Amino acid sequence: MELILALAIGVLCGSGVWLILRPRSYQVIVGLCLLAYGVNLFIFAMGRLYIGAAPIMPKGGFVDPTAYADPLPQSLVLTAIVISFATTALFLVVMIAARGVAGTDHVDGRERRP
Amino acid sequence: MVEQNLLLLLVLTPFVSAALAATLPIGARNAEAWLAGLTMIVALAILIVLYPAVTEGRSITGTFHWVSSIGLDLTFRIDGFSWLFTVLVVGIGFLVILYARYYMAPEDPVPRLYSCLLAFSGAMSGVLLSGNIIMLVVFWELTSLISFLLIGYWFHRQDARDGARMSLIVTASGGLGLMVAMILIGQIAGSYDLDTVLKAGPQITSHRLYPAILLLFLFGAFTKSAQFPFHFWLPNAMAAPTPVSSYLHSATMVKAGVFLLLRFHPALGGTDAWFQLVTGIGLATLLLGAVVALFRHDLKGLLAYSTISHLGLITALAGIGTRFALIAAVFHIVNHAVFKASLFMAAGIIDHETGTRDMRRLSGLARAMPVTAALAIIASGAMAGVPLLNGFLSKEMFFEATYLWNNGSPLDNLAPYVAVLAGAFSAAYSLRFIVTVFFGPPATDLPQQPHEPPLLMRLPVAVLVAICLAIGMSPQQVLAPWLQTASQAVVGPDLPDFSLKIWHGVTPALVMSLIAMSLGALIYLLPRRLIDSGEDGTRLMRRLDFGRGFDWLLQLFSIRLPRLALRVLSANGLQAQLRAIVLLGLAGAWFALGTLDWVVPMPSVSSRELVFALLWLVGGTCALGAAWQAKYHRFAALVLMGGAGLVTCATFVWLSAPDLAVTQLLVEIATTALLLLGLRWLPKRSEEIAGDNTFAARSRRFRDLLIALACGSGMTALALAVLLTQPGASVGDWFLRNAYVEGGGTNVVNVILVDFRAFDTFGEITVLAVVGLTVYALLRRFRPAPESVERPRPQLDAEEQALEAYLFVPAVLMQWMFAPIIALSAYLFFRGHDLPGGGFAAGVTLAIGLLLQYVAANVRWVEARLTVLPVRWMAFGLTIAASVGAGAWIFGYPFLSAHAQYLDIPVIGKVPFSTAMLFDFGVFSLVLGAIVLMLIAIAHQSLRVAPRPRATDEPEETA
Repeated sequence: MELILALAIGVLCGSGVWLILRPRSYQVIVGLCLLAYGVNLFIFAMGRLYIGAAPIMPKGGFVDPTAYADPLPQSLVLTAIVISFATTALFLVVMIAARGVAGTDHVDGRERRP
Repeated sequence: MVEQNLLLLLVLTPFVSAALAATLPIGARNAEAWLAGLTMIVALAILIVLYPAVTEGRSITGTFHWVSSIGLDLTFRIDGFSWLFTVLVVGIGFLVILYARYYMAPEDPVPRLYSCLLAFSGAMSGVLLSGNIIMLVVFWELTSLISFLLIGYWFHRQDARDGARMSLIVTASGGLGLMVAMILIGQIAGSYDLDTVLKAGPQITSHRLYPAILLLFLFGAFTKSAQFPFHFWLPNAMAAPTPVSSYLHSATMVKAGVFLLLRFHPALGGTDAWFQLVTGIGLATLLLGAVVALFRHDLKGLLAYSTISHLGLITALAGIGTRFALIAAVFHIVNHAVFKASLFMAAGIIDHETGTRDMRRLSGLARAMPVTAALAIIASGAMAGVPLLNGFLSKEMFFEATYLWNNGSPLDNLAPYVAVLAGAFSAAYSLRFIVTVFFGPPATDLPQQPHEPPLLMRLPVAVLVAICLAIGMSPQQVLAPWLQTASQAVVGPDLPDFSLKIWHGVTPALVMSLIAMSLGALIYLLPRRLIDSGEDGTRLMRRLDFGRGFDWLLQLFSIRLPRLALRVLSANGLQAQLRAIVLLGLAGAWFALGTLDWVVPMPSVSSRELVFALLWLVGGTCALGAAWQAKYHRFAALVLMGGAGLVTCATFVWLSAPDLAVTQLLVEIATTALLLLGLRWLPKRSEEIAGDNTFAARSRRFRDLLIALACGSGMTALALAVLLTQPGASVGDWFLRNAYVEGGGTNVVNVILVDFRAFDTFGEITVLAVVGLTVYALLRRFRPAPESVERPRPQLDAEEQALEAYLFVPAVLMQWMFAPIIALSAYLFFRGHDLPGGGFAAGVTLAIGLLLQYVAANVRWVEARLTVLPVRWMAFGLTIAASVGAGAWIFGYPFLSAHAQYLDIPVIGKVPFSTAMLFDFGVFSLVLGAIVLMLIAIAHQSLRVAPRPRATDEPEETA
């Protein structure tokens, strides 16, 4: 499982980085989304990874925390998911607006000079 | 304790009223005036109640603990001096508000004006009443900021924008200097508490940093009080509406600088450097302002330079620094505020009723508006220092102070002559104001037929002029007790012998006064024609126009240097910048992690994980496919990206993170919808791009591929290393143990978000709100590219009828789904505290429900049936979240402390209830509002018409 997850993170981040280095704004947006998946998974993986031990407590009484998944990275990732959605939306709108103003979808607002 | 709370109320009430005033409708002039007026009356009442406690050098201090660990407390302190000054601020504020009600045109948006005026009076009270010198600077900068907003009130005018910017840059940079000075003073005195600082005078003046402190301090005070050479912003600030000029730029805000000089005189004054600098600058400003004022043709310009001159007078008195001089300074602060505010209002009336402020066009107004003329003439008399008016008394005290004090320095010997000369010019410009505007033949070419203004518009002027007369005729009865109280606070309990009398016998001061006045009459009357018809200002004055120097500096620092830096330092385009960031990140990770011991056990893959492996085989392929296809096949890339997202979501389910899975799934839907809406506005991409297959392009791609590979494998290695390390104790364990006991919920992730770390969540939803508003603002003026305006080809090709039946069955289904989605959203919300769900998930769900309605029908159909007010949802959410947090203060807990218990509701049974749930509701509301706002803003673009051709394009301002 560890190997698979680590490879998955690597593939997502690699594809994301490749895309954010591309010249077309849509590529950059898709790249940011993929990068967000990768980074979110990475932060998530920093906690204890259990199968079938969600951090939902029984009511009252003493619990053994080590029997549950770590809730802290989860709450970090939860906010990260929402924020990455917000940045995606923002970039999308900047892209649309820039395309309307500049007439091109190149990230610099003008085509590369030959 | 009552008095301390009253003190806090005194500062806070105007701010609360300002918030209220901002929410009133745009044309509610009467409601605004009532609200603002009542606020001022409340403040005045508080001041009257507090008066007995500040007499005879006593003061009240109220401390509200804030960040005590770094010496930052909300301390308010009132003594006789700040009491008198606050009375000025509040009293003149009341009159200005009454005046503004009649001055502002019905089409002006008054909520902005009144809410700024109220906030200003709060900030100014804050400056006067701060007992902590850092808080003082904060309020100080706040007044600069509000002054900026008020000068730029008519922001469609270029001069207003320029004047506002100039005043902000000058006064706010002065404020920064002041801040540094205050920090240094606090370090030397060992405390930021004003009382301690004032007692630490010898310590500060003997410190080796004293010259630096003094310069920084004076920089702050002089910029605010428009002292030479920083005086140029004040005339440019006259682009503000006249009530603002009258209130901020003559009576109160510009006096903050001299207030500071007087207040900190015990701590910083009494040295030779203080005397030379402050008196020197004060006298220079006094003379310069008076001379320039004589040559201005604009009424407000004349008054602005006169204000500069009078501020110079007060500064000079503060510099002289004898007890007698300080008392004279306090006295002149009051007198100048009273007569100058009334003069500004009179100038505003003249402008309002005749349509011009140009003294070359105005003439003979005494016939058309006799009452206003009489009032303005008396006030100008006070400005000139005519006997029986208040200006005479304090000016005579000033003459006496310059004459008396003798430390033998050249500056001191010069002072009486400068004072008399400036007094002469001040008499001259006052005379010019009276003679040109009110006497002579009636003007013939005025834009409007002049007549008297409404009675209530004249009333504030009349009140102020009455005060001028009352102080001027019987100072002993009217002002002496207050002045004594204020002076005791400045110079100490034992006052020197001074008597406020009109007739002291023939003293040197009286002689100086008489010389000044007769000289003034000569200065104006002899070359009268020349002054009246000459250019606006003299050649000397234009030489001294520091405004141009300021513009040059501004150009240098805001345009030329940044451009130079851009040329020298910047990377060519976004790609190069991103590449640099990624490479730097890689290098940083390499240096930080390369030295570690990378001994990790070999990972093992058991057969049980086959499904997981297959899952990520799909996921990884999707990610690579998205990267491959994003250039030419955007839709395919979007689908593939969604696939990678779904696999991520499945991973969260697999690894015990149900909350994440729910949120990820919902956000995935919203993102896809968003990107689908955006796809339409992108240009067609043909597969032949010039130069795309050249060797250079290929090698660029190869280089980027290498970087991407390095990043990917680095992340894999890092993740693997962490994953294979035995997990130790985590901070999360504490949350697991205490979530139920302290947060009252069993879903630990949710409890962390809305209770333990609620402040982070609060910040995060604020970010979301900011993004939502930015998206909205960016798209409001958006014009799509011409070739994207046409309806998409498939829609054009289809017959009109076929279009109506397009997606008919799914559309009906989507409409039916609306109610179940609302129910689902509520379900997710209520189970959030104990089971996976919560405000985020519920908000996104409901947003998707709304979005489906837009997809099912068209925008107009939906909006005819549903009123969606996303901005209000956002405001509501943020307010709820903030007020739930602030509610904890009432019970004496820190911000955002939550309370949890189980409520026993009949029929339903025991229900968990926590204030955190209210907070979560705020989160829900805001997330809903922000997402709907973004989606709708993009969806609305399809309603846009084609942009007009550039040539007939209207200017930006009226569009």
